[in-house]
Amino acid sequence: MITVLYYALTAFVAVLLVRNFIDRKKWQEEVLYVIVLLPFVLRILRLK
Amino acid sequence: MTMRKIVIAALGAALGAAAGLSFYQSRHLPEPVVPGPGVTAVKKLSDYFGPLEGTANDVNVYVLEGAEPGGAFLVLCGTHPEEPAGRLAGWIFAENASVSKGRLFVILTANRSASTVTRLGGAYPPDYTIVTPWGGRTFRMGDRWSSPLDQWPDPEVYVHYPSRQELAYIDIRNLNRTFPGRPGGTLTEKTGHAILELIRKERVDVVIDLHEAELQYPVISTIVAHEKGADLATLTSMMLSSEGGFAMGVENSPRALRGLSHREIGDNSDAVSLLLEAPQPFLDATRGRTDRALLLTGRDEFVVRAGKQGLLFEKIDDAGWPIDVRVGRHTSTILQILEIWSEDNPGRAVVAGGVPRYDEVIKSGTGAYLKDVKTADPAKIVYE
Repeated sequence: MITVLYYALTAFVAVLLVRNFIDRKKWQEEVLYVIVLLPFVLRILRLK
Repeated sequence: MTMRKIVIAALGAALGAAAGLSFYQSRHLPEPVVPGPGVTAVKKLSDYFGPLEGTANDVNVYVLEGAEPGGAFLVLCGTHPEEPAGRLAGWIFAENASVSKGRLFVILTANRSASTVTRLGGAYPPDYTIVTPWGGRTFRMGDRWSSPLDQWPDPEVYVHYPSRQELAYIDIRNLNRTFPGRPGGTLTEKTGHAILELIRKERVDVVIDLHEAELQYPVISTIVAHEKGADLATLTSMMLSSEGGFAMGVENSPRALRGLSHREIGDNSDAVSLLLEAPQPFLDATRGRTDRALLLTGRDEFVVRAGKQGLLFEKIDDAGWPIDVRVGRHTSTILQILEIWSEDNPGRAVVAGGVPRYDEVIKSGTGAYLKDVKTADPAKIVYE
């Protein structure tokens, strides 16, 4: 059950990161959000 | 969305896909085993504890049963898969050993989940290849802890069961901190419980857990023995140090440090529990580049320099600690323990042959004792 909640949290944070990526105006910040997003996506997909 | 955002998102997706593919291939790298003539059955750990069935740690248990009744030994490899000499020594037993008396149980990947991941942030190689006369055999590198994909999240503090001793949070995924295990616990705790169930149900007399240690760790090149096995370990150490070709020490299993195999298996079963440590410079904090070469040759100039500063508990020079030396130490030590135990306990003897000793492994190489999968009967091949 705790594991499921953690996956839900991970997905929630990933959605926030995607939203922030869309809202950014500077390309440096866009790159930063994409890099930060990667480990969240890999965990949701159960790759790492 | 601007074109710039699309390009950055596409680059991120490509990066994620490349990384994800690498992680996937590493996690699913098949490791074939060609069971030798001595293997009479290949069981699963879930045969001893049903709830493990279908999990990453429902591992193979190789049974080598002799024609004559006798005692029982369990050789436990891959408790920490990132210490490969133990697994390779076990592979040599599974593919070469024959047993004439008693039973020998071999587990090659006690914590299989930990074998499917490498240390986060450690820049470990995902795998390594042992050269053989027919080509080579590739193995997963592995880690010390179960994969977070199989057991997650970690607690703030890990409270060991049943002692309630507080340990480092991450060690809740360390099989050698979760013995004797817990039937309703985490995957790693269930694995420890299943191994104890095997030991109890099969009336195992001696358990030998194979490890490697960094040279900066004081417990190295030694047998860590539960008090029930102190005499056996001491005699083995004396024989190896005088006639075996290498020095081997003995350490008492501390009563106050919980969760380790040498303590908990001895306390929670009738078995004598021993843990073997071989030197592995790859694990030293002061190492240089952490690559396959370092893993297999054990040569590292920075660890050598640490030795010159008196910071190590084992000697090292430019020759390093090659994998064949480390594997040979394990095979010879197991064979010596078998011999001494069987002489002292003729009614519970386990007599095994077909396994190379220290000098033979160094002379011919570990790969000489790994079978060619391509020429083996496909029906007999099993995978770790």
